[in-house]
Amino acid sequence: MSTVTLFGLCGAVLIGLGLFGALTHPQPLRKLIAFNLLGSGIFLLFGTIARRGAWNAVGGDPVPQALVITAIVVAFAATALAVALLLRLFKETGEATLDPTAPVGAPPGRSES
Amino acid sequence: MSLTYVLEATLAVLVLGAAAWTIAARSAFAASVGYVSYGLLLALVWVQLAAVDVALTEAAIGSGLTGVLLLSAAATLRVTEARSGPGPGLPMRIVAAICCALVTAAIAVVVLTLPDAAPTLAPEAVAALPATGVGNPVTGVLMAFRALDTLLEKVVLVLALIGVWSLAPDRYWGGHPGLRHRLPADGVLPFLARTLPPLGVLLGIHLMWTGADYPGGAFQGGTVLAAMWLVVMMAGVRDAPAIRERWLRLALVSGPVVFLAVGLAGMLTAGAFLAYPVDYAKPLILLIEVPMLLTIALALGLLVAGPPERAAGSS
Repeated sequence: MSTVTLFGLCGAVLIGLGLFGALTHPQPLRKLIAFNLLGSGIFLLFGTIARRGAWNAVGGDPVPQALVITAIVVAFAATALAVALLLRLFKETGEATLDPTAPVGAPPGRSES
Repeated sequence: MSLTYVLEATLAVLVLGAAAWTIAARSAFAASVGYVSYGLLLALVWVQLAAVDVALTEAAIGSGLTGVLLLSAAATLRVTEARSGPGPGLPMRIVAAICCALVTAAIAVVVLTLPDAAPTLAPEAVAALPATGVGNPVTGVLMAFRALDTLLEKVVLVLALIGVWSLAPDRYWGGHPGLRHRLPADGVLPFLARTLPPLGVLLGIHLMWTGADYPGGAFQGGTVLAAMWLVVMMAGVRDAPAIRERWLRLALVSGPVVFLAVGLAGMLTAGAFLAYPVDYAKPLILLIEVPMLLTIALALGLLVAGPPERAAGSS
């Protein structure tokens, strides 16, 4: 099996794993981690296809490589926003759940203000 | 069986093992630790795929910064974990597992049946590269051929930061992000925060500069600068700036604004939006990259620092 096939299959498994985590974990933070895993699997798939585009001294097609760099930064920005939303939810309700029927606890540490 | 093959197979097993750990781990904190090691292993995979620029980005942002973000969130949310529900029952899990396995199988089939003559833009990119004055094809794509993506990405960074800031309670608007970190001045972290940044800042700028011809670039360099800044803030050596500071906001938008200005000037001088006149391509790329480095470093650092949690001027 070539490098490209090996890591391409690796990417396919990562996508499946991430999808499974995002579907089955009840905690939003775990879903977020799983979603990042799913994303990096897609990036890896992209990277193996870039590697197939190697030409002369260039180790891979630079266009998908550059797009993956952009994608990693954007994925980070989206994750940061999601984490901030989640932490705000926790500050407001004392819980970090997406379940609307869950009992709402007391907001943590409202002593400041 | 060659040694390279054994190493690659081992690497693949380690990556999948770390990935499985982040999904299976009991606590979110353990999963976050797993995610950091997964990111570092994945960076090695990128090196094997001859994408060193991507490997640097993955290690710095995918593993490092995302890791800091996840670890601190997991520590804050730890108290909610025990109370969280059990999630879907076993039958539902099995159905989900089968569906996900099908997705994986479908992608695997695609991977195994990719056409033999792989499509590639490498020849075109290399052929056009001399006109840009840079030697690293990836930087050429980022800064010239697909400059629009890079410009929009800067805008996304700033927008995401505005999104994070807007989550601040009204009374803290314009204030300082996060809690004021106070550590004993003779501790390990404050020591690190005093000795590491001079080298780190040098490395960050070097990565941006060298990115023109070798692996590296404004993204990787900016992330190193952001990491140095975060160490300084976390060690309590310097407080995070209040987000109402004018210098901060100007510096944050300087990257996209200069990029946009050069892009618009390209309509007059080179006949197309984001086109560079050939003789000035390299200096213009540098002119864009310097404020871009600043925007990336500030935006990444502030995205990790989070929304304001203290009124401006408070300590």
